[in-house]
Amino acid sequence: MLELIVISTLNGVLFGMLLFLMASGLTVIFSMLGVLNFAHTSFYMLGAFFGFQISRWFGFWPALFIAPVLAGLIGAAVERYGLRHVHKNGHVAELLFTFGLAFAIEEIVQIIWGKSPVDFRVPPSLDFPAFTIFSTNYPAYKMFMLLVSIGIFVVLLITLKRTRIGMIVQAALSHPHMVGHLGHNVGHIFMMVFGVGTALAAVAGVIAGPALVTQSNMAGLLGPILFVVVVVGGLGSLPGAFIASLLIGLLQTFAVSMNGSLAGMFGPLSPDYASTWLSDIWNVTVAQIAPILPYMLLVLILAFRPMGLLGTRES
Amino acid sequence: MSEITLSAAPPRPSITDNLKFYGLWIAATLVLAVLPKIFFSGTSLSTFSLIGISIIFSLSYNILLGQTGMLSFGHAVYYGLGGFLAIHAINIIGFHKWPVPLPLIPLIGGVAGLVFAMLLGWVSTKRSGTAFAMISLGVAELVASSALILRTFFGGEAGVSANRTKLLRLFGLSFGPQLQIYYLIAAWTLICMIAMYALTRTPLGRMCNAVRDNPERVQFVGYDPHIIRYMAFCFAGFFAGIAGALSAINFEIANSAYLGAVQSGTVLFATYIGGIGFFIGPVVGAIFVTLLSLGLSDLTTVWQLYFGLFFIAVIAFAPGGITGLFMMHRPLIRTGQLGRVLPSYLIALVPTLAMIIGLMLAIETTVHYTVNPDEDPHIKPFGIPFDAASPVTWILSAVLVIGGFLIARRTWTRVGQAWDEASNASREKALAA
Repeated sequence: MLELIVISTLNGVLFGMLLFLMASGLTVIFSMLGVLNFAHTSFYMLGAFFGFQISRWFGFWPALFIAPVLAGLIGAAVERYGLRHVHKNGHVAELLFTFGLAFAIEEIVQIIWGKSPVDFRVPPSLDFPAFTIFSTNYPAYKMFMLLVSIGIFVVLLITLKRTRIGMIVQAALSHPHMVGHLGHNVGHIFMMVFGVGTALAAVAGVIAGPALVTQSNMAGLLGPILFVVVVVGGLGSLPGAFIASLLIGLLQTFAVSMNGSLAGMFGPLSPDYASTWLSDIWNVTVAQIAPILPYMLLVLILAFRPMGLLGTRES
Repeated sequence: MSEITLSAAPPRPSITDNLKFYGLWIAATLVLAVLPKIFFSGTSLSTFSLIGISIIFSLSYNILLGQTGMLSFGHAVYYGLGGFLAIHAINIIGFHKWPVPLPLIPLIGGVAGLVFAMLLGWVSTKRSGTAFAMISLGVAELVASSALILRTFFGGEAGVSANRTKLLRLFGLSFGPQLQIYYLIAAWTLICMIAMYALTRTPLGRMCNAVRDNPERVQFVGYDPHIIRYMAFCFAGFFAGIAGALSAINFEIANSAYLGAVQSGTVLFATYIGGIGFFIGPVVGAIFVTLLSLGLSDLTTVWQLYFGLFFIAVIAFAPGGITGLFMMHRPLIRTGQLGRVLPSYLIALVPTLAMIIGLMLAIETTVHYTVNPDEDPHIKPFGIPFDAASPVTWILSAVLVIGGFLIARRTWTRVGQAWDEASNASREKALAA
């Protein structure tokens, strides 16, 4: 039992930090541009596939740097030549633009790399067990993922809170016009923020690629969960996104490792239920409903706290 | 006081307007009735059936997006649940031999959509804008994933099937042949179109528009935007349920793909491409997108990519959709200024088309190298043969894309100038008249 708790906590924090790598970029982009980037997980996917391709040509370590830069450049170009052009048509058009973009990127990835998963492996230098607890080997690569995401988190925090660039970004979040009047190029800041945000998502893609499955549907699978994170945390709130990321990471990881069901718990009391139409609900295990737990959390949060955990804005 | 009420009340429609209005619906009825006489093959009948279902579904979606300004990524939930309930209803009614004929089954689907919209809508419509879009996505994922867990009701991956001919027969109609199904769908399409049009003319429909445009002002007037969004959501769910039930009747099966993200995305594409600003827009979009997806899938393997790129182009360059593009020209036609812009359109069309063809050439060549590299390089997408391996093709495609883009940019500036001139002239004429 203790083993399960320790391992699941480690995995849950890891998944949560990966989610936060993406949610942070998404939240900052949303607060600044007012548009929720539907294609954000597509950049995560692009990161994974670029990482796969580059690590084939030059090895994993160059890929860890080149792939995010490439994805970030694409992201910046999308903001400069796509979103900025669509901006005059309103928020709905912007959101739909990113929706169409996500659709197109998935198709393009399918054309280039196919529909089946690609063989993106953990680099040999990290392919060993880091430590053994309770007879379970914990892979070093997962520790590496954890360290990278915590490292980026700390750098991001310091940049936003302590540097001049961070101040300008924070100011542009709430008062873009005032920042423009002070002589900063707001359009340039927007493009940079979009580029950095998408690059962060791509970093998550590169490091998650070998551990999870690198496949053309990975963006579509993760996208809705990411949106649950930002809505549960409160749209536009970075601390909220952090808490929600960890919460959902832990929730899902713990649920997957549990095997209980209503039948297992109360079965002996009333065995008749197993044969009625309720048998589906009666027999389903916690592990089986793990994928829908984030959405249940979303509905619960919305029912009791519509602006999200730490959100302040109504809309 | 009486003056204010007088000026606020809309003028009564004249007889000619009335004739035009009812004439339009009668014409639509006639067209629907005559269509299978002209195109009587099995393929065209099933295409028409798909279009009819898609029209109801898209119009129901536009109650949300166009009328009330709510962007939903999960409208297929109500479509799918309507379909499942309809299939189960057919099975149960057929088993117990209850006296319910098939044409009433879509009503059961509609009520199912309504009930689930009432249940899920209250939480969803608490917020508007981006938050609503995300919530609709979350709720859709919740329902779609639950569908795979609750296997008894949703039938797992295989779905639930039924036999539509086992119900009570009215006037000897068995509803086995596609022609009878076509007429069933056509009749429901017409009824739903009229109902949804009528909905836009009610005070509720007007308040929906007000909530879309300025929710704060709606609160000042004494309405609760949440309640209005909720009611619009329920109506949209009802009509989506009817569409889902018709689809279930048409295919005699309902599976989890009915509630999935792809279905939600398709209806969003169809509605937006048709144009959300006008009632007729989703109808145009449903016809266009259904024909496009059926036609393109025969011509090329990567039709979904073209579809996505087309959608992006519509958002970027024609936010009003196809209908919006046409309606833009109405004042010009009225004042006879259309002739001023048409020549510049024709000029701009040439380099734009060249660019598109170059892009398609590049895409098809790439597809050849990545998807099936071992096959014969003489490929034939869209029925046009060319050699994907020859450098001539690559150079041609590059020249077309780059050259077309550079020239097109200039010609479109010209179009903008011609447009400004023409609309200024037409405004002056309208003022003078």
